[in-house]
Amino acid sequence: MALEQVSERPARRAPPKRPPITLKGIWHNTGFRSAVYQVLVVVTVIGVALYMLGNAQDAMQKRGISTGFGFLFEEAGFDIGESPIAFESADSFLRAYGAAVLNTLKVSIFSIVFATLLGVLLGIARLSSNALIAKLSSAYVELFRNTPQLVQIIFWYTLVTQLPPPKQALDLGEAVFLSNRGLILPWPTDDPAYLWTLLAVIGACVSAYLLLRWADELRRRTGRRVSVLWWNVALVIGLPLLVWLLGGAPSALSLPELRGFNFVGGAAVSPEFLALLLGLSLYIAAFVAEIVRSGIQSVSRGQIEAAEAISLTTSDRYRKIILPQALRVIVPPTAAQYVSLVKNSSLGVAIGYPELFNVNNTIITLSGHTTEAIAMMMAIYLSISFTIAIVMNLYNRAVQIKER
Amino acid sequence: MSASNATSFAVPRTGPRREPPARRAGPILWLRQNLFSNLGNTLLTLLALWALFVTLPEFFVWAVVEAVWWTDDPQTCREVAGACWAVVAEKHRVMLFGTFPYEEHWRAVLVIALIVGLAILSAFKRFWSYWLFVAWLGATGVVLVLLLGGPFGLTPTGTHQWGGLPLTLLMFVGTVVGGMPFAVLLALGRRSSLPAIKALCVGFIEIVRGVPLITVLFMASLMFPLFMPEGLTIDKFLRAQIGMILFFAAYAAEIVRGGLQAIARGQYEAADAIGLTYWQKTSRIILPQALRIVLPALMNDIIRAFKNTTFVSIIGLFDVLGATSTALEDPLWVLYALEAYAFIFVLYFVFCFSMSKYSEHVERDLSKGRNL
Repeated sequence: MALEQVSERPARRAPPKRPPITLKGIWHNTGFRSAVYQVLVVVTVIGVALYMLGNAQDAMQKRGISTGFGFLFEEAGFDIGESPIAFESADSFLRAYGAAVLNTLKVSIFSIVFATLLGVLLGIARLSSNALIAKLSSAYVELFRNTPQLVQIIFWYTLVTQLPPPKQALDLGEAVFLSNRGLILPWPTDDPAYLWTLLAVIGACVSAYLLLRWADELRRRTGRRVSVLWWNVALVIGLPLLVWLLGGAPSALSLPELRGFNFVGGAAVSPEFLALLLGLSLYIAAFVAEIVRSGIQSVSRGQIEAAEAISLTTSDRYRKIILPQALRVIVPPTAAQYVSLVKNSSLGVAIGYPELFNVNNTIITLSGHTTEAIAMMMAIYLSISFTIAIVMNLYNRAVQIKER
Repeated sequence: MSASNATSFAVPRTGPRREPPARRAGPILWLRQNLFSNLGNTLLTLLALWALFVTLPEFFVWAVVEAVWWTDDPQTCREVAGACWAVVAEKHRVMLFGTFPYEEHWRAVLVIALIVGLAILSAFKRFWSYWLFVAWLGATGVVLVLLLGGPFGLTPTGTHQWGGLPLTLLMFVGTVVGGMPFAVLLALGRRSSLPAIKALCVGFIEIVRGVPLITVLFMASLMFPLFMPEGLTIDKFLRAQIGMILFFAAYAAEIVRGGLQAIARGQYEAADAIGLTYWQKTSRIILPQALRIVLPALMNDIIRAFKNTTFVSIIGLFDVLGATSTALEDPLWVLYALEAYAFIFVLYFVFCFSMSKYSEHVERDLSKGRNL
């Protein structure tokens, strides 16, 4: 009976009646309800924001503070201890921001390079079959990872400022001095040939890389192997050498020399820069070491054994099998650590290094434009963070597994 | 049966026991395998030993042999070449309790004991119950009474007098306890199907994560009063606490989101199918699973929150670091700042290292059941 009913072709049913529109019905409509929630939230947020801005405007009007970014072009009226670009107190606030950002970038870039080198070394050392090396490395990682970065920075700064004065400076080899005025290094004298040589080094490295890519491409397409190793060695060493010789082969170095109570000549690294560099790079190196270790461990044993089985050379095994796979695991968290390093360079304020946050405080005090100055600072930090994030995402996309 | 027994080779060996093979154990073999297995390894070992030999004895002489352990006269320290640990003995009250009134330090000690004790209790699974929650609530009340004073004839002490380890611990606990619910809300908002709410949460998370913590604290301490209606002032400690909570929540939200994404679709769909509302589904089905997955990763963030409490010293609160810097403004002892900072370095290390070991333990514990 039941079966028959199912097999029977059902009579065409009338379309369901629309339920009558009631208030309760509308309220139970998902679309309507979500719209209500969203409007409520957005209106509340905008309302609170407007209310707070209104309060701020009132307060500033009462204190007679003008608003707007016009103050950026006024005379700053303060000095910055050190800066990659010339800065005097007669320059504008805008230029002060420029100097501060460059200081932030300078200490960040040097710290990132040091942290990466040290971190990779420590990460590999933790996996070493040598028990002593592995233990030492893991002790370093635990010690530096489990203490606040700010305490470390202040510790290093205290250490540097308690070094002997220049007269009894520690002599680290040929003409490198460490004293409570910082680190003094010999430095090439001002000669355009040095700049050209530096550019030649960069150019040679870029062309060596392109040559390598070309050889790889050729091998993929035709199967023909071209060894470009010696060409590259010749390029990287020869080109800068040639430029240097053409430039008149200058060899003058400005050597530091003790005169009176301080050094003259050479290049000086300030105690603040040195302490911040140590504090930032030694801390982040511990995190990079952990990332590198887990990255290498993530490559499955079978991959390495397979590479050995097809008798790849050791360098090929690392270059073509282990590294490309490990890098996929290593790059994203490392990028996050770099962003964290750049942001924490703001801790330079605790030891008086003139980075962005520190200089911004001075600008707020002198100009009184609190809101605008903080907005400037936030915008700069955000654009630095986002730039690193975007670059790393692009790189990440390039090294991800391409599934076919 | 008996036939197969006859051909069995599993006959117990008769005759004398054989000696274990030589060189399978013992310290010499361990050394050979782990330190001197080949030429490169041997060189590395020697290099490391040499480096230790150059640095460690000198450090030991400075830190122990020639150190001054106890004196109230800084002149004594000036006459020796070693470390002056006496600075810690002399200044430990300021370093640990900041500007809290001297006669009331016992209250601060009680606060530290209460928070550390409860934290240790909470680490054991067997105490995880409703009562632990009640204990924390009660402890919060007791801590506030102890620190603020007032009832029971305790001298009132304002938040501007708080300092040292109690402030550090309170800031830390407040950050995690206040930040976690906010982080969960942000993570849910980021996964929401309502575009406006999603956009707000994404915007908040990305902006807070894109700027340094110190700027967030700076905003909270400097800008916040500007935005408030005139006459309404919020306590400086509380403002810093709000800044710490916002920052912690933005980071923790991303971790919680990872957990939410790791839950299989079927769980969401099953909850929908049996007609649970959004909040029932979230609180009974999704969150218990998601938080369990992300607990180890959250521990990293929690440890970082502890380290980040030092940032409040920059905006003028006297946490352990801020109090130590203040103690070292004494010109008589400023020469021994390095020793004082080394001491708090160790103090922070003890806290963070134990938390990090605990988190490793939790991670192992949680992964136990997963491979069954």
